[in-house]
Amino acid sequence: MTSDVTSLQLANGLRVLLKEIHTAPIISQWIWYRVGSRDEQPGLTGVSHWVEHMQFKGTPRFPGGTLDRAISRVGGYWNAMTYIDWTTYYETLPAQEIDLALQLEADRMANSLFDPHDVEAERNVIISERQGNENEPLFQLGEQIQAAAFRAHPYGHETIGSLDDLQHIQREDLYQHYRTYYTPGNAVLALAGDFETGQLLARIQELYAGLPAGPEPVNHQVAPEPPRSEGREVIVSGPGETTYVQLAYPVPEASHPDFFPLMVLDSLLCGPSSLNMFGGGISNKTSRLYQALVDGELAVGVYGGMQATIDPFLYTILLTVHPRSRAEACLQAVEAEIERLQERPTQVEELSRAAKQARALFAYGSESISNQAFWLGYAEMFAEYAWFLEYLERLEAVTPADVQRVAQTYLRPGQRVLGIYRPTGEAHG
Amino acid sequence: MAELHSLPSAADITRQLLPNGILVLARPNFNSPSISMSGYLQTGALNDPPDKLGLSDFTSLALMRGTQTRNFQEIFDALESAGASFGYNGGTHTTGFGGKALAEDLPLLMEILSDTLRAPAFPAEHVERLRAQLLTHLAIQSQDTGDMASQLFDRIVYAGHPYALPEEGTPETIQSIQPADLAWFHEQNYGPQGMVITVVGAVEPQKVVELVAYYLGDWENPQQTPPVQLPPVPVLSQTVREHFVIAGKSQADLILGAPGPKRNDPEFFTAAVGNSILGQFGMYGRIGEVVREQNGLAYYAYSSLSGGIGPGPWYLAAGTDPKNVARVIDLIRGEVRRFTTEPVSQQELEDNQANFIGRLPLSLESNTGVAAAIINLERYDLDLDYYLKYPDMVRAVTPQQILETSRRFLDPARLAIASAGPRLPVERKPQTKSGQ
Repeated sequence: MTSDVTSLQLANGLRVLLKEIHTAPIISQWIWYRVGSRDEQPGLTGVSHWVEHMQFKGTPRFPGGTLDRAISRVGGYWNAMTYIDWTTYYETLPAQEIDLALQLEADRMANSLFDPHDVEAERNVIISERQGNENEPLFQLGEQIQAAAFRAHPYGHETIGSLDDLQHIQREDLYQHYRTYYTPGNAVLALAGDFETGQLLARIQELYAGLPAGPEPVNHQVAPEPPRSEGREVIVSGPGETTYVQLAYPVPEASHPDFFPLMVLDSLLCGPSSLNMFGGGISNKTSRLYQALVDGELAVGVYGGMQATIDPFLYTILLTVHPRSRAEACLQAVEAEIERLQERPTQVEELSRAAKQARALFAYGSESISNQAFWLGYAEMFAEYAWFLEYLERLEAVTPADVQRVAQTYLRPGQRVLGIYRPTGEAHG
Repeated sequence: MAELHSLPSAADITRQLLPNGILVLARPNFNSPSISMSGYLQTGALNDPPDKLGLSDFTSLALMRGTQTRNFQEIFDALESAGASFGYNGGTHTTGFGGKALAEDLPLLMEILSDTLRAPAFPAEHVERLRAQLLTHLAIQSQDTGDMASQLFDRIVYAGHPYALPEEGTPETIQSIQPADLAWFHEQNYGPQGMVITVVGAVEPQKVVELVAYYLGDWENPQQTPPVQLPPVPVLSQTVREHFVIAGKSQADLILGAPGPKRNDPEFFTAAVGNSILGQFGMYGRIGEVVREQNGLAYYAYSSLSGGIGPGPWYLAAGTDPKNVARVIDLIRGEVRRFTTEPVSQQELEDNQANFIGRLPLSLESNTGVAAAIINLERYDLDLDYYLKYPDMVRAVTPQQILETSRRFLDPARLAIASAGPRLPVERKPQTKSGQ
């Protein structure tokens, strides 16, 4: 991926990033709003995600269903996602149809209806979405771990919200949230694909110029989670036969210099991963924890995950426990591997290998225009686009001493949340 | 506009059959420094002995666990050090393989493909480790309402037919499989006849042909079993409704349907356009409109046509609150009734035709997408210019054809209806053959 990106800010505050790619007759548009569950107060958890659903219900100009039909008719796909820090909407379309997507995002930034009937119908849809999540042991475990990890900071609740709040949120709550956060000054518009930058920019200016900057810029400061004095433990029991262990360590935000050594550390411990939305990953069978736990027949699967966030979040390690093993044995093995990282510097060869893996994942991600468009805006949500451009270089600059230091600093039992899903082994059928 | 936006066609797909029966397909793309490789072999779960269900799947996964010359660690060290991926997955009719790498590492993928296909060792220690993983997977699956509804559905629709059998086996059969069974299955079923391999990405097609010929051109297996012929699919005489209880779940999953057309059935294409109207277009077509948009009863509700080499099911699915299952069934059956009694509107047809034509280039955005598209041409016996002819084929579909096709495959009075989740309130359904 190259750096030939046009980046500018309109008078009303909207940041625009454009990247011409002429390898396929496709354009991918993403609009990002700096709002997610991080911006939610108790009693209104899930409101950001619900607003995202309501953005598909229509405006006076594009009544409900017409947009869906219009996008689908030209063969495009569109969707949206709400995360802890952001909400994003995207459309990938044949290049000659992009004007439709440009019009609809400009329109629904300000004119969504939030019809009371639609709000009620969507309440049931979202509760159904939550029920589907609740069917999964790992959702239940994850929800409890987040709550234990963040008692003051809003990262402590799941983006979908609590069932109680989903039953009580009203149309006015949703509309208020929409009006507060859906403004040009709080948004980033990013497009990549088969267009001519000058023409596209003129059209964007035309469509968005009429939108007022909105109220004062939203205050995104959230008080940090107070430091922990000791580790925490959560146990979730539920149906099934499979035990899961998840460890969650507080780690810094994406813009912190330690984020990169932690990405390398994750690659060594649990295998390489990218933050790509599209492009896929590779296996992790030569990672340290796979060898210690899966080859050691303590677990049948090991996964690690860093998240790029605005505030310090969590590095998680998830283990699916071997049917003939126990959570405690897994935990001991993980601790031994972490101690090894803390006590001895990593070989330089291991780091070069991690760098090559990152380069390959980067190349897979660059095949997709949607993925390139994704990165233009995504990086802006927690840092800026330059963060992405420097990503490989910064990973390559990580030294054995850096990895050892971040292992010592962040992977301490006294700071972590340990979560265990214990199956009740109930029969079924 | 784009410098390169041709659809894959005979003009840019290299297709070469090697003397030992391996078909090589390649299409270059130098826009990214990577390559995607995929393909399949002519063996699958249909070759499983009845008391060793899951053997085909188990064998395919065990190929990567060590060969005569490389152990597990060496195989994955080579792959992962290069940032490459490669693996096998068992299917019903065929066994697939696929991987990605930087273009410079294509020979590495080829070497590992060749070595694991031709000289797997099935080391006992790794077979045991894999067994534990497969058993855990089955245990997790047995708690998944979607998977369990789907398996129950297959047992109803394909009673007495191989499609009713679980490809991944059962805990009992997986327990019984020994390393010698894997070696036997491999010897009997793996061979070059009918093998297809596609490479798309930053490599010249002739180089791909040379590499495949170098690594696999001399592979022979005189014992290779020919592909299994399927018996006819049974026909339900009435609607059958069954529920699989999984305690402690918040949501139930529901599947309704019947056997659909094979992928190369002349009616498949018409059924695909019809299915899009029924439960795909926009937010899940008519089914989504009624179940999700109008009634707010489900987060997802859609229809799917999954015909492949054989007559896979044409089904409608939804996830819903257990107390709403009966209502969702009524709504979906109502839509099936409408779909099989009234022609779709001209407007609906035009919308969906436009969607089919417009979305084609989008599905071909990545090397993996192009490789999958090329593989499908071969798997379903479609000609290399299929994607060029595709818009005209889409435009030729009429409402009357969709009605006739839908009637041939979907009968609202003879549906399999399966659900899984917590115990349900009693349903008022006179056609029900068996309950919970």
